[in-house]
Amino acid sequence: MSDPMAHRIAAATPPALAHRIRGLSDRAIAWVFVAPTIFLLLAVNIFPLIWTIRLSLTDFRTNRPNNPVKFVGIENYRKILTDADTWLSLQATAHFLIWTIVLQVVIGFALAYLINKKFRGNDLWTTLIVLPMMLSPAVVGNFWTFLYQPQIGLFNYVIAFFTGADPSSFSMIGEVGLAPWAIVIVDTWMWTPFVMLICLAGLRSIPPSIYEAAECDRASKWRQFWTITIPMVLPFLMLAVLFRGIENFKMFDLVVQLTGGGPGATTQLVSIDLKREAFEKWRTGYASAYAVILFVTVFGLASIYVKALNKVKDR
Amino acid sequence: MSFSITDPSRRQKWIAGILVVTYAIVTLLPLVWIIATGFKTPPDSIAYPPKVFFSPSLEGYVNLFTSRSRVTPEDLAALGPPATWYDAIVRQYDMVITGPSRYGERFLNSVIIGFGSTFLSVFLGTIAAYAFSRFKVPLKDDLLFFILSTRMMPPIAVAIPIFLMYRQLGLNDTHLGMILLYTAVNLSLSVWLLKGFIDEIPIEYEEAALIDGYTRFQAFYKVVLPQAATGIASTAIFCLIFAWNEYAFAVLLTSGDAQTAPPFIPTIIGTGGKDWPAVAAGATLFLVPIMVFTILLRKHLLRGITFGAVRK
Repeated sequence: MSDPMAHRIAAATPPALAHRIRGLSDRAIAWVFVAPTIFLLLAVNIFPLIWTIRLSLTDFRTNRPNNPVKFVGIENYRKILTDADTWLSLQATAHFLIWTIVLQVVIGFALAYLINKKFRGNDLWTTLIVLPMMLSPAVVGNFWTFLYQPQIGLFNYVIAFFTGADPSSFSMIGEVGLAPWAIVIVDTWMWTPFVMLICLAGLRSIPPSIYEAAECDRASKWRQFWTITIPMVLPFLMLAVLFRGIENFKMFDLVVQLTGGGPGATTQLVSIDLKREAFEKWRTGYASAYAVILFVTVFGLASIYVKALNKVKDR
Repeated sequence: MSFSITDPSRRQKWIAGILVVTYAIVTLLPLVWIIATGFKTPPDSIAYPPKVFFSPSLEGYVNLFTSRSRVTPEDLAALGPPATWYDAIVRQYDMVITGPSRYGERFLNSVIIGFGSTFLSVFLGTIAAYAFSRFKVPLKDDLLFFILSTRMMPPIAVAIPIFLMYRQLGLNDTHLGMILLYTAVNLSLSVWLLKGFIDEIPIEYEEAALIDGYTRFQAFYKVVLPQAATGIASTAIFCLIFAWNEYAFAVLLTSGDAQTAPPFIPTIIGTGGKDWPAVAAGATLFLVPIMVFTILLRKHLLRGITFGAVRK
């Protein structure tokens, strides 16, 4: 397609301009090619960040754009950090984060390990396992509320079938004690394949010659697993944990559809709390400060984590 | 094929296979249930115990695509026989079809915004990735860090200033606004993935083309683009899936004209409670294309999923 297209473009371009384009220096081309990307990233990533920081120092409310905006300094930050609700949300987020990561790492690694045994048809089954993570979390999360219905829900029925409990005796998303686990289960169902894929890439990167050498040295399988497999996969696994950690810290779509933060505030993750402040209570200044705190938290934790990751990699 | 002492034994393969297949079946159950529920009647969908075998019905799909209203039996009798099969389904419940539902529009919005933003982010991403790969440009070394840090901001946090900015610019609830937003969100990842693909194309090809009298532009689209086609395609799929599935921005920044399907599907309700077959039908039509994509293009998707970060 390129050849006639090039001639058409060349023919259609006035000579002076054509000469200028053809004669563009590499330096100019580099700038022309990169400029739109940099512009968009600045407009949609950097500029909003700066604006958020500015708003966070005011008492601006989006639903009252005509009110005079007052500069309040760090008042918003002080209020957020002393608000008990914030700490409840952070607790809910920590519970969600820790359990999803633990479960996804254990199940994901186990699956990758099994798939790496290269049984017949393993790539087809891998693809089928990957399906849940490709789908829209909001749409799927909404449907899970149906699976979680007491009595008629499939999930309750299956659990009841295996435990003998009455399927209408418990409500995964309606009970304070169960709701935090309901969201952990769905997130684990959805994102275990992601950890699995990264672990699989790690397992496949280990050269077989290492195992052959270990076999010659009469190292037991158990010892090979702990001294070869685990250390070689660890950097990959840590990378998977980083991605899942960042994603789940800002988790919104799946959980807001599943529980909406309830019952009470038991599953009110920080993003859901933030949404309430920003788009329901319209406390824009306060919510902006909240956003900045969240960003700094993730950024700080991730930076420390990446340092640790690089140490493991260099070992 | 060579055999070595470290190859798993037949028995190990069998055990591994059985465990993985069991997991796959369990994990696919909710997806199968979505598709099945779409073909149930409302009473069948909420039956206890849950119905695995049922006589399929298109009621869910009819309810998904139409809006209906209740009429008295006398009025219904006065209407005469139903003109179409879907009229007949609706009239069993003393209802008549009053018009199409909004699902079609929402689906179309998803298509427009999904493909529009995918095209833009792949187009801009390719040229930027080429520049990052071949020239000295600023930001080059910080690229991955930059991508990671843009992904650390919760979408809700980004949505606050975007909402205010779009209100000023008149971009709230417009296709263009959503396309630009999704493009920007996808762009950093797109550049990063594509840079990886372009890095792998030997620079000697272009140098040869330049010596043969090609300009940089010609070398770019005659030599580099064809070589990068597979990479471009898999990046495109990845961008499309993100835009297709996105919910947080869509629910906050669109309400009418440009609303996509993910915020719409959960709001589908029937008369007297949630119409699960209609919800499931809407979800099925929305999810199945992605499932098919994933299965057909599995070889090319892996890299995008792992963020391109596990490459050498």
